[in-house]
Amino acid sequence: MSMDQALQTYIEESRGLLEEMESILLRLETEPQDEDTVNAMFRAAHTIKGSAGLFGLDAIVSFTHVVENVLDKVRDGELLVNDALVELLLKCCDHIGLLVTIVAEAGQTLDAEQEATGEALAAALKSMIGGAGVLDATMPAVHEARLDASGGGQLEGDNWHLSLIFGRDVLKTGMDPTSFIRYLSTIGDIVSLVTDDSALPGLSELDPESCYLTFEIEFKSEADKQTIEAVFEFVQDDIKLRILPPPSHLAAFIDRIEHASGNTDMLGQLLIEAGILTSHELDGALSAQEDMMGQDSGTKLPIGEVLVKEGVVHKEIVDVALEKQRQIRDTKAQEAKFVRVSAEKLDELINLVGELVIAGAGASLQAQRSGDVALHESTSIVSGLVEEIRDGALKLRMVEIGETFNRFQRVVRDVSRELGKEIGLEISGAETELDKTVVEKIGDPLMHLVRNAMDHGIESAEARVAAGKAAKGTLRLNAYHDSGSIVIEVADDGGGLKKERILKKAAERGIISPGQSLSDSEIYNLIFEAGFSTADQVTNLSGRGVGMDVVKRNIQALRGTVDIESAEGRGTTVRIRLPLTLAIIDGFLVGVGKSAFVVPLDMVLECIELPETDRRAADTRNYVNLRGEVLPFVRLRDQFEVNAAAGKRENIVVVQYGGQKAGFVVDELMGEFQTVIKPLGNVFRHLRGISGSTILGTGEVALILDVPALVKLAVAREGQMTEKAA
Amino acid sequence: MHINVQQENGVCRLQMEGELTIYHGQEIRDGLIDHLAANNEIEVDLGGVSEMDTAGFQLLLAAKREGTRLGKVVRFVSHSQAALELIDLYNMAAQFGDPLLIPARP
Repeated sequence: MSMDQALQTYIEESRGLLEEMESILLRLETEPQDEDTVNAMFRAAHTIKGSAGLFGLDAIVSFTHVVENVLDKVRDGELLVNDALVELLLKCCDHIGLLVTIVAEAGQTLDAEQEATGEALAAALKSMIGGAGVLDATMPAVHEARLDASGGGQLEGDNWHLSLIFGRDVLKTGMDPTSFIRYLSTIGDIVSLVTDDSALPGLSELDPESCYLTFEIEFKSEADKQTIEAVFEFVQDDIKLRILPPPSHLAAFIDRIEHASGNTDMLGQLLIEAGILTSHELDGALSAQEDMMGQDSGTKLPIGEVLVKEGVVHKEIVDVALEKQRQIRDTKAQEAKFVRVSAEKLDELINLVGELVIAGAGASLQAQRSGDVALHESTSIVSGLVEEIRDGALKLRMVEIGETFNRFQRVVRDVSRELGKEIGLEISGAETELDKTVVEKIGDPLMHLVRNAMDHGIESAEARVAAGKAAKGTLRLNAYHDSGSIVIEVADDGGGLKKERILKKAAERGIISPGQSLSDSEIYNLIFEAGFSTADQVTNLSGRGVGMDVVKRNIQALRGTVDIESAEGRGTTVRIRLPLTLAIIDGFLVGVGKSAFVVPLDMVLECIELPETDRRAADTRNYVNLRGEVLPFVRLRDQFEVNAAAGKRENIVVVQYGGQKAGFVVDELMGEFQTVIKPLGNVFRHLRGISGSTILGTGEVALILDVPALVKLAVAREGQMTEKAA
Repeated sequence: MHINVQQENGVCRLQMEGELTIYHGQEIRDGLIDHLAANNEIEVDLGGVSEMDTAGFQLLLAAKREGTRLGKVVRFVSHSQAALELIDLYNMAAQFGDPLLIPARP
C-alpha cells in the first residue's frame, strides 16, 4: 500500500470515526452515559490522533489530543456530560473534520480564522478539565528528553537503570564484569555504579573462581535498548540483565506503542516493535511465565504482569500497550467483519456478471432449440446459478439507508436550534437497502428536503400551539421497498402547502396561465419548478427558490421520481421513488411485431388478453374495463411505430407505478428474462418511454420500457380523452 | 604472583607482586586465611599489583570483612594503578575505608 493510499484510508476511516463520535454525542444528550459509549468515543478520538501522528499531521494530533484528554476525564468519571460539553465536543468533531479535509486531504494549512476557531475550542476544552490536563505530560515530554541541565549534562535522574546480576560461574568462562562495565562506558556515561557485595561469603567459604557481585548502574546514553543489551551479548547466558529506560523515554515509548503498525496483536511483539523490550527479554519473560504457571495451580499469568513483576518494563508502559493491543484487536475484529473493496472492482464484477447473464441466456436458447433434454436441463441449472450470482453481486453494492438517515440527526438538531424551533427526528425503515451509487447521490437532495421541511414546513412553537398541535414538531424520514423501487419519504407535521399561494406565485412567475385548472398533485409539483419559492422570508437555510428544482433534477438523473402529498394544517410528505439498482433487473419480455420489449417485472401486476370487443373499440378509446376499474392503456405498436400487422390476438400487460395502473397492449407475452441494463447512448437521450436497452440471448436488442413515463402518458391521455368526450 | 611476608612490630606486612587475578585466586585466598589466623594486624601492600580482576577484588574485600569479623586489622596500602582503577570502577573505595592516593587524572 503506498503512502497515498494509506492516507486515503486514514481520511475515510477518520470520517467514519467522526460520524460515530457524533452519533454517540447526540445519543448522550438524551440517554444517560454508559461506559461503553464513552469508551467508544475515546477510542475514536484516540485512533484519529494516533494515525494522524503516523502521517505527521501535527495539527490534527495536537488538537485531537486535547479532545482526547477531555474524553479521558469523562471516561474516568471526573467530568460529567452535560449539554455544554456535548455542544463543545460536537464543534470539536466538526473542527477535526475540517482538519482532516484541509490538512490531510488537501495538504494545506488552516487559514487564520479556522486556526482561531481551533484555538478557541482547545482553550474551552482545557478550561473544562482545568488547565493543561493530565495526559499533556506525554506530549511535550518528548522534547523535554533533550533538555540540558545547567551543568551541561542531561537532567539528573533521567538515566537508564541497569541492573547486572552476573551468574556465579561467569569468571570461570573467562569473562570479567569489569570488561563489560568498561565497554558500557564507551557508549555512554556511567553516572553512578553501586556494587552489591551482600552475597560475598566469608573468606574461608569463598570460591575464588566464583562471582558474588551484582551491580546497579545509572547510565546516561543516547543509545537504544538493543544497543545497550548488545554490550552484554557475550555473557547473555550468565547474566540476569534488567534494563529500565530513563523516565523521559516513557513518554516516547508510550508514543511509539500508540503508533505501532498494528501488524501484531501480541503484547510482547508490540513492545519489541516499539523498542521497549528486546526479544531476549521476552524469551526470558515467557519462560518465567511458564515457571510461574507451575507454582500457581496451572493458571497462566498475563505476560504483561510477568514483565512488570520481573521488572523488565514499567507498569505504565504495559498499560498503554494493553490498551493498544485491545485497539488492534478491535480493528482486527472489525476488519474480519468488513472487507474494503474498491468500488471499481465491484463494478467490474457486476459488468462481468451482466455479460454472464447475457451469455447464459444465449446458451439456454441454443439448448432449447437443440431439443436435447439433458443439455436443456444442465443449462437451466446454470441459469439458476447465474441468477443467484447476479443477485449476490448486486447485493454487494447494496447498503442500508440508515447511515444516510442518521447523518440527519445532527442536521435536525443544529437547524432546529438555529431556527429556535423544537423539532424531533423520527427514522423508520433504516434497514432498507439500496444501491451504493444511489445512496451517494441521494444525500444532497435529501438535505434540501429536510431543511426545507424544517424551515418552511414546521411552524414556530407558538403557531403550533395556537393550531392545537404539540409544540414540538416532528420530522420523519422513512424508507421502504415498493415494486422494484425504493421509496424515501421526508414528512413533517407542519402547516402543509397552501394551494392558493402556490397558484398565485406560479401565475406571477408565468409558470401557469391564469384560469388553468390543475389537480392537487400538479399544484404541489409546481414547487419543483425553477425559481419557485413561496416562503415569505428568505433565510440562510432555504427559501431562495433554488433547491427544489435541483432536487427534482438530481432525482430524475437517478431515474427516479418525486411527488408531494400535503394536507393544509397537517403537514407535507415528499416521496422520492428510486430504482433499486442501476444494473440488472428481472424483466418481463413482450413482443410487438418483430420487436421485443422488456418491462421491469416488479412493476407487472398481471397479464390479460385484450377482449375482441375492446380491440375494436380501442381505436376510439384508450381504456378498458378491468373488473369494474378503468384501465388506461398504451398501444406499444402505435407508441413506437412498429410496422407490422397486428397478430390474431393482443394482450394487455397491467403495470403499476406510484399507485397508478396502466396497461401496455402487446402481441406476444414471452415470459421472464434477466435483463442487463445497457444505457442508451446520448443520441437517444430524449426518447420518451424507453429507459435503456438489453441484449437477448439471440443477440438481438430489446428496449426496456420506461414504465413511469408510459404510465403517466397513458393516464394523461385517458384524462384528455375523457375531457374531450365530456 | 608472589607474596612477600615481613613481620614488623606485630604487624604482618604482605607485599603482593604480580597479577592479583583468578589464576592465582586459590593461592592468594589460602595465604590470606593463614596470615589472618596468625596475626592481629595485617598490612597488604598493593604497590606491586600489576593486574587485578574481579576475582582478586573479591578476595581483598572478603579479607577486609573477615578481619572486621575477627576483630583484627586488615589494611591495604600503596595501591597500584591497576588496583586503584578497579576499586574506582566498582565505586568501592568507601567500603575498604583505606586511605587512597588518587593520582591526578591526566
